[in-house]
Amino acid sequence: MMDALGTPQSVLVLGGTSEIALNTVAALPRNRLSRVVLAGRPSPALDEAVQKVRSIGVADVSSVAFDALTVDSHGAIIDAIFDAGDIDVVVLAFGVLGDQAQAEADPAAAVMVASTNYTGAMSASLHVARRLRMQGHGWLVVISSVAGDRARRSNFVYGSTKAGLDAFAQGLGDAMQGTGAHVLIVRPGFVRTRMTEGMPEAPMTINPQDVARITVAAMRQGRSLVYAPGQLRYVMGVLKALPRPVFRKLAARQG
Amino acid sequence: MTISPLDLGESERPLTGWGRTTPTVASVKAVTNVADIQDVVQHASPRGVLARGLGRSYGDAAQSGGGTLVDLSSLDYAHIDHEAGLVTAGAGASLDALLRTLVPAGFFVPVTPGTRMVTVGGAIAADIHGKNHHVEGTFGSHVSSLTLVDGQGELRTLTPDSPLFWATIGGMGLTGVITEATFDLIPITTSLMSVDTDRTTDLDDAMSRMIEGDDAYRYSVTWIDSISPSGRGVMTRGDHATLDQLPPGTPALAYGPQPRLTAPTMIPGALLNTLSVRAFNAAWFRKAPKHRVAELQSIPAFFHPLDGVLEWNRIYGRGGFLQYQFVVPDTAAHVVPYALKRLRDIGAPSFLTVLKRFGAANPAPLSFPQPGWTLTADVPARIAGLADVLDELDTLVLSEGGRLYLAKDSRMSPAMMASSYPRLAEWQEQRTQLDPHHVFTSDLARRLSL
Repeated sequence: MMDALGTPQSVLVLGGTSEIALNTVAALPRNRLSRVVLAGRPSPALDEAVQKVRSIGVADVSSVAFDALTVDSHGAIIDAIFDAGDIDVVVLAFGVLGDQAQAEADPAAAVMVASTNYTGAMSASLHVARRLRMQGHGWLVVISSVAGDRARRSNFVYGSTKAGLDAFAQGLGDAMQGTGAHVLIVRPGFVRTRMTEGMPEAPMTINPQDVARITVAAMRQGRSLVYAPGQLRYVMGVLKALPRPVFRKLAARQG
Repeated sequence: MTISPLDLGESERPLTGWGRTTPTVASVKAVTNVADIQDVVQHASPRGVLARGLGRSYGDAAQSGGGTLVDLSSLDYAHIDHEAGLVTAGAGASLDALLRTLVPAGFFVPVTPGTRMVTVGGAIAADIHGKNHHVEGTFGSHVSSLTLVDGQGELRTLTPDSPLFWATIGGMGLTGVITEATFDLIPITTSLMSVDTDRTTDLDDAMSRMIEGDDAYRYSVTWIDSISPSGRGVMTRGDHATLDQLPPGTPALAYGPQPRLTAPTMIPGALLNTLSVRAFNAAWFRKAPKHRVAELQSIPAFFHPLDGVLEWNRIYGRGGFLQYQFVVPDTAAHVVPYALKRLRDIGAPSFLTVLKRFGAANPAPLSFPQPGWTLTADVPARIAGLADVLDELDTLVLSEGGRLYLAKDSRMSPAMMASSYPRLAEWQEQRTQLDPHHVFTSDLARRLSL
C-alpha cells in the first residue's frame, strides 16, 4: 500500500531492463519499498537488473519472464504478480526504437516495432488496469515519448507507435478516473540510454536519472501527464503549431 | 453487451480516513441486520470485508481497496439499563447520538475521544481513549459483552473472560464485524463540566504538574503550543459538575450540541503554515486564564471543541494531513520535547498538539495505551522531510519501549509495527481462530502486514 506520504511498498516494471524504469525505482522513496518485480525477456541483463535493485536495499526483488510480443500470455503473468500481493506502482517501460531505414525497406520490421511499443503495451496496460481497478488503488506509469507528439521524417515509425500508445494511455487514464487507480504519461525527449547510444544528441537531452526524478515528482503531485524535461512541454507546443513545410525543414536540419 | 472491467459499480466509491490521504475505492454495503452482515461475509470477494463507521480514524484503518465496506449506521439502537448503569447499543450507534439520549437520562459514556463522531463499533475496534485514561482506561475496558460476526459468518458473543474478546478490543475490525456491545456508563447529575485551567510555562512545568496533580482529576489533558520552543501550554482538568455547583435555575441535564460552522471546501494548502499556526497558537494560549478553578463548561466545549466545525479536516487542503501519536513510558519523558523539536525543525505546523498521561494498559494485545506519556501532533502530509523525521522518531519511540496508535497511523513501517507491538503474533493467532481465511482486511492490514 502507498502510505500517507506517497511512499510505495511494491513496484512492477514491465520492461525490467529499462534504464528509465530502473532509475525510477531507485528514485522512489525507499524507506517502505519491499517488493519489486522486474518483468522482461530472460537475459543476463535482466538478472543484472535484479541484482542492481537488490543492491539499493529492496528485500524482495524477483524477475518474471514476460514478452511484449506474446500478448496471449500477458493476462496470466500479470494476474500471478498481483495475486501475490498488491502492486502500488507499475512502470510500463518496454519499447524498441527500431531502425527507420530498415523499417521502410522491410515493412515487417516496422510492424515489429508497433507490436512491441503499441499493441504489446496496450495489451499489458489493459491487464494492469484491470488489476489496479480490482485492488482499488495504484499507479500505472506509461513511458511515452515526444516523438509521438509530431511525426518526423527521421523516426516516424517509432513516433507513430508512441503516438498510438500515448493516445491510448490518455483514454485509459480517463477510464480509470475515480477508480482509485491513476495513469501517468511520461513524455521524455532525447534520453541518453542504450537505445539512443551513438545517435547525435538533440537539444535538451537528459539522463534516465532526470526522467526518473521528474516521474516520481509527478506522481507525488498527482499529475497525469509530464514532459521530461518539463520545458519540452512548451517546445512541443510550439513545434506542433508549426505549418508542416516549416516543421519539415526544421526537423531535417535537426536530423 | 460486455461490461467493462474498468467501470465502477454503483456502490463503489473512493474513501479515505479523516486525514484525507491515499484514497482507495471500495464497495460500500449498507446492512440493516445481522443476517445481512452474515450474507456479506459468506459471499466475500478475495478483496475481503471490513466494517466502516464514521471514518474518523486518520489513516487507512477503515478503508480497503477493492473490498466491501459494511455500513452499520442503521444498527444504531441503544437500550439503557438505568438500574445497572449499562447500555446495550448497536455497533453503528454514534457517541453523538448516544450522548443525546444518555445525558438527559443522567449518564455519560465511559470514554470519549476528542470527537463524539465515532461509532460504538469503531470505539471498540480502535480501543479508543480519552482524557480519563489515567483513571478509567480505554473504552474496551468498560465493555462487558459484545457480539461479532466472525470470518465464517457465525454470530458470536464474546466476554472479557475470553482472549478472543481482547483480540477484538483494539483489533481494528480485523477479527470480525462487531454488531452490538454492552458497556457501563458514568452516572452524572449535571450536563456541565467543572474545569480547572492552568497555563503552563514550558514542557517541564506541564509535565511535573500533570504528574503531581492528574490523580485528583477524572479528566486531564494539556494542549501544547508546538511552535514555541519552550513548549508552553494550557492544561485543562476537571470532572462532571455536581448539582450544588450549578447556579440556581440552570437545567441540570440539558444537552443539545449544535455544529456552528462548516470548514470551506477549497482552502489553499498554503493557508495553514507556520505563520498562521503561530498566530492561532499564541491567541489560544493568551485566551486561556493563567489559573482558573471550577469553571463550568458544556460537554461539547470541554470534550469535543472541534466537532463545532464540521469537516475541519479540510483546513489542511488537498494534500491531507496525518496525526502522529506515540506513547512512551515515564522513563522516556525526554522523547516528548525531542519530538516537538524535530517537528519544529522541518517547520511542521501543528495546532492540535496534545499531551496526556496514560494509566494502566488493558489485556488487549493491540491496545495502544500503556502507562506513560502520549503526545499527539497533526501535520500536513506535504511537509518536506516529514517522512524521514517521523521514521527517526519511530526508531526513538521504539527504542524507549513505546509505540504508535493504529487509529492514527498512516505511514509507519511493518517492522516498526511488529517490534513495537510485541504481542502481535499472539493477536494474529487469535484473529485466525476467529477468521481462518482472513476475510476481514483493510488497507492498514495490508500496509502493515497484519
